[in-house]
Amino acid sequence: MTAVTPAPPSTAVHPAPVGAVPPGRPAGRSRLRTLAGFAFGAAVLFAVAPLVLSDFRLALLAKYLCVAMVAVGIGIAWGRGGMLTLGQGVFFGLGGYAMAMHLKLADAGPGGMPDFMQLYGQLDELPLWWRPFASPWFALPATVLLPMIVAFGLGSLVFRRRVRGAYFAILSQALAAAMVILLIGQQGTTGGTNGLTDIKGFFGYDLDDPVNQRMVYFVIAGTLLALLALTRQLIHSRYGELLVAVRDGEERVRFLGYDPASVKLVAYVVAAGMAGLAGALFVPAVGIISPALIGIVPSIEFVIGVAVGGRATLLGPVLGAVAVAWARTALSERFPGTWTYLQGLLFVVVVAFLPGGLASLWALARRRDVGARPVRRGWLSLGRRRAERTEVPAA
Amino acid sequence: MSLFRDRRILAGAMTLVAAAALTACGSKTSDEGSAAGVTADVSGDTVKVGLLNSLSGTMAISEVTVRDSIMLAVEEINAAGGVLGKKIQPVGEDGASDWPTFAEKAEKLISEDRVAAVFGCWTSASRKAVKPVFEKNKALLFYPVQYEGLEQSPYIFYTGATTNQQIVPGLDYLKSQGAKSVYLVGSDYVFPRTANKIIKAYATANGMTVLGEDYAPLGSTEFGTIVNKVKSSGADAVFNTLNGDSNVAFFKEYKSAGLTAAAMPVVSVSIAEEEVKGIGTQYLEGQLTAWNYYQTTPGAANSKFVAAYKAKYGADKPTSDPMEAAYVGVHLWKAMVEKAGAFDVEKVRAASDGITFDAPEGLVTVDGKTQHIAKTARIGKIGADGLITEVWNSGKPVAPDPYLKTYPWASGLS
Repeated sequence: MTAVTPAPPSTAVHPAPVGAVPPGRPAGRSRLRTLAGFAFGAAVLFAVAPLVLSDFRLALLAKYLCVAMVAVGIGIAWGRGGMLTLGQGVFFGLGGYAMAMHLKLADAGPGGMPDFMQLYGQLDELPLWWRPFASPWFALPATVLLPMIVAFGLGSLVFRRRVRGAYFAILSQALAAAMVILLIGQQGTTGGTNGLTDIKGFFGYDLDDPVNQRMVYFVIAGTLLALLALTRQLIHSRYGELLVAVRDGEERVRFLGYDPASVKLVAYVVAAGMAGLAGALFVPAVGIISPALIGIVPSIEFVIGVAVGGRATLLGPVLGAVAVAWARTALSERFPGTWTYLQGLLFVVVVAFLPGGLASLWALARRRDVGARPVRRGWLSLGRRRAERTEVPAA
Repeated sequence: MSLFRDRRILAGAMTLVAAAALTACGSKTSDEGSAAGVTADVSGDTVKVGLLNSLSGTMAISEVTVRDSIMLAVEEINAAGGVLGKKIQPVGEDGASDWPTFAEKAEKLISEDRVAAVFGCWTSASRKAVKPVFEKNKALLFYPVQYEGLEQSPYIFYTGATTNQQIVPGLDYLKSQGAKSVYLVGSDYVFPRTANKIIKAYATANGMTVLGEDYAPLGSTEFGTIVNKVKSSGADAVFNTLNGDSNVAFFKEYKSAGLTAAAMPVVSVSIAEEEVKGIGTQYLEGQLTAWNYYQTTPGAANSKFVAAYKAKYGADKPTSDPMEAAYVGVHLWKAMVEKAGAFDVEKVRAASDGITFDAPEGLVTVDGKTQHIAKTARIGKIGADGLITEVWNSGKPVAPDPYLKTYPWASGLS
């Protein structure tokens, strides 16, 4: 078993290389299942969905998958790390705005200015902080790095001071609110409440063309699968174990000589990077980024998806995010007047009867089938496997 | 080892994705006219139109009244035989007071339901969010609310007032009443900020002083500071571009600070009959509004509209400017389609110039070039009964000028 080896007290954490497999894991079955799972996911996303769905529905799925990327990050930070990140909208927004600023500048052409600046800002020239975004070599890395840098700065302060629990959640919410107020106030350079909209091209490709929309969908689906693979490796690494240990007993980990602040910081920064990437891909898929997408309410909605899906699992957040977003669309199309009540009812039912989220359905079903077998969580829950193994003889 | 195999498979998958993406590319932005419009489905004996309003969220209270009014117009048209012999079948969607949702629902109405036209949207942000969707699909939107101008999309008909039909007449009225200084209070979003830019340009050119400019976040109910600043400024009048709930808090605070309509009148551009009811007449009596229509506007067309609305939705329901503009939009669309002899969007647009309608607000005329409509500007005073009585009007319909090109003082604005 992977007993966490104590490190000398003076040194900080050495996160094991991403992808390291905890020793002593029965390799065959679980890896096979994972591979089969990925193959199945890829088949659904790349073959089935484009064949069955109309262009409009496929574009909606692309949007849901972006939300799912944020959810994967929240799954790491909240599900595995115990940090209730109620402000992921900030990082989603940073990524989205970085991408949208680049695309707006690309649309305007060399030396041009986005349309809204003349309208609302009456600016004669591009503001200084917009300029670097004209270059894709700056803007593209910025979509991921900018959120990560902000998360790093904030996280270093917050985790060192041992801010956690509700205080951390409130702080992250305040950040989301502050960012929205800032964006709306600087209407001349940020587009205000309108946000950045009317984006025509994506690196030279016309976004109005359905073929290109399809291409954007494939990029998003591929990115989501890649993030899932990365996450799986991360949570199976020694670092992943350490993160869960910090969640369940921060003080104990500290006494073992690790620095919980650094452990949490890594998860928080990774989650921010994923949210940034999601925001960046959301822009070409939906064609708009605005303060309405990154404030307190959308930030909470990200977390709701994760909670509904099952936060401590790998696939739960993805399924939850897609399910919640899909339910929202489907219900509001069917019942435009009353759908909000139905959505609320859905949340209540899930929280009341499925506290482990949708992902626990599988375990529930299996438990019924096998009888009294004490499976704690389903196969989706990759984290508690050690505990499981000690109780359950390999079947 | 397992890890190695995992990675190899991952790399393989990513290569495949990249290859698929590269080979499947469509047209470049440099290609001309690549995107084709979606044609409306008019094959049956009905024609679908989309109704896109917020039925949930903060804007629902206002937008539901617009939806009701559009439904009234649809029923009237259907009762009179429909459009080109086809009955109108309305398809409703909820924009949920959320701009990207508006864009999603617009796309759904156009490409899934294949509607011939869409009626709705309220906030400027929602209009800006759906504008690219309508332009991409070459589909029509009828937008019923007064707005900040500086826009002219070929696929939107603006049936509410642009700035020179509402804000500028409001300022003219204040000037004629001898106001030398104004204080600007607004919600923090695009319409108030843009409107205030225009007001400041007007003030500079007309010898008025702007003594202050304050914004409250949408939905804010904390106005103590702002009202104190207004009071100590000693301005002759206040120009109010607050939206929604904030007005309730603002006017309560205004009254409790001892400010009155007689001493320092407030001209509001977002308070219509429906809102007066919500805020309470005791706070609003005597204050001014600038619109193009009031429930009390004289004329047979309006009596008919008000009576029909009350008969359908209840005697206590007031009618207001955006509701009227939405109602007019549906009738104008019918007239355009009938003039064009087809539902085809380009033909409808080509037929739009000069279409007139005897609207509740008086005669309106579509200007084909700007796709706005000529409307009579009206300043009203809020009475104790919650209704608004006209105290001034422009005498004749004011031609729309969304970019304020005919106003020399506005030359720096667009």
